[in-house]
Amino acid sequence: MAKNGKTSAKHDGNGKSNLRFSGWRRENGRVGVRNHVLILPLDDLSNAACEAVANNIKGTLAIPHAYGRLQFGEDLETFFRTLIGTGANPNVAACVVIGIEDGWTQRVVDGIKKTGKPVTGFGIELNGDIATIAKASRVAKDYLQWASELKKEECDISDLWVSTKCGESDTTTGLASCPTVGNMYDKLIPHGIYGVFGETSEITGGEHLAKERAINMEVGEKWFKVWQAYQDDVIEAHKTDDLSDSQPTKGNIAGGLTTIEEKALGNLEKIGRTCRYIDVLEPAEAPAKGPGLYYMDTSSAAAECVTLMAAAGYVVHTFPTGQGNIIGNPIVPVIKITGNPRTVRTMSEHVDLDVSGILRRDMTIPDAGDALIEMIMRTANGRLAAAEALGHREYSLTKLYRSA
Amino acid sequence: MSAPQLLVHEKKDTVGVVVVEGLKAGTEMTCVVTADNSAFKLTAKMDVPIGHKIALTDIKKGDTVWKYGQDIGKAVADIKKGEHVHVHNLKTKRW
Repeated sequence: MAKNGKTSAKHDGNGKSNLRFSGWRRENGRVGVRNHVLILPLDDLSNAACEAVANNIKGTLAIPHAYGRLQFGEDLETFFRTLIGTGANPNVAACVVIGIEDGWTQRVVDGIKKTGKPVTGFGIELNGDIATIAKASRVAKDYLQWASELKKEECDISDLWVSTKCGESDTTTGLASCPTVGNMYDKLIPHGIYGVFGETSEITGGEHLAKERAINMEVGEKWFKVWQAYQDDVIEAHKTDDLSDSQPTKGNIAGGLTTIEEKALGNLEKIGRTCRYIDVLEPAEAPAKGPGLYYMDTSSAAAECVTLMAAAGYVVHTFPTGQGNIIGNPIVPVIKITGNPRTVRTMSEHVDLDVSGILRRDMTIPDAGDALIEMIMRTANGRLAAAEALGHREYSLTKLYRSA
Repeated sequence: MSAPQLLVHEKKDTVGVVVVEGLKAGTEMTCVVTADNSAFKLTAKMDVPIGHKIALTDIKKGDTVWKYGQDIGKAVADIKKGEHVHVHNLKTKRW
């Protein structure tokens, strides 16, 4: 990688960059960097059957979760969007869906089927767990063997969708790891990648800056409405005190962050200096306005946020951390970046990219941005992220309100 | 230049961040402003953990505290130059 702020990414005369990776091009044209066969439960009741299938068919992946019963309204829509989006993600080659009954199971199957990838659903009622597991295992085995022969092809960086969200932030994230991600976006967004950031509650204190980073006033106003709605409908409606122990979190405070404003300003370093967001997405909504940076209305809780971004179709996640958030995701590699030398010393197995040199002033932020681009390319080419090697598969659905 | 003990985002800021482990009271710190790479010296008045903030100037109770060139809250106690700044003497104006 080139030094002094110049990324080695260059375009040739055909508009293709020299940043290339090999990935799996799916039926709908999107490119995945992993090749999972997913065993997806519709609901909490179906977790056991899904885990049994994944145990029978080695190499498939069950992702148990806590919800899917008696949800309604916007909460139900968010739930379906997340489940369907997870199965539709290009890191998934094929998908088996198991639900307690056929109706909603089929709704998830139909949603995933729009991508053109193989997907089959099974309802447990009138069959029981054992017969369902047997039938689903046969299909899962066929899918797994089929997926194992899919060939990778060389792809341009513009085929890559890269999300970001930080966690267990401290003052070093604002100095080092978040600006590293920001520098990466400033360099890669012009190459035609899709980016996304979110964390609505955590921008509190920096909302004036976030609004200004929209591509135009209309998008800025759309963003501000989302942010204001969270303040009015969630914080003001539910707070029992001033949120000082939740935002910043206890971990943030241990790391030296004092106020929500200070945390927000560090968080916003992730969107760099020059790129601007072009649209504001609902939780788990797939971006539809072409390449560029997007904002997604998400919680600031790590697993909930990464789950929503994966469901929107992002295939690699960049995760700056200060105190050492260890989160992973079942289908998306989560790249951990830290600038905190104590975290590097005490939790090195969780760290993919050490940018603590920024604090020693022996690494510049543009150097760190280049190092992150290199790590993203290695990860896209198949290098397992620390969270994947350590078995972190946090799949957390966002719940908007109580079920009926 | 040797590695700094304290980093400051912007010239306007009234606090900086300790970026080394085990900083002891009485240490004459090398401080760097990341915006323009300018350096200055400041003596830490307390032991301050890595990641925590130190006042760059005397701050009076009620004063706005600046970091990233932005308002990050108000002092809820008088803070002397070189002292630890955290939840005991700095609070958001918001909640």
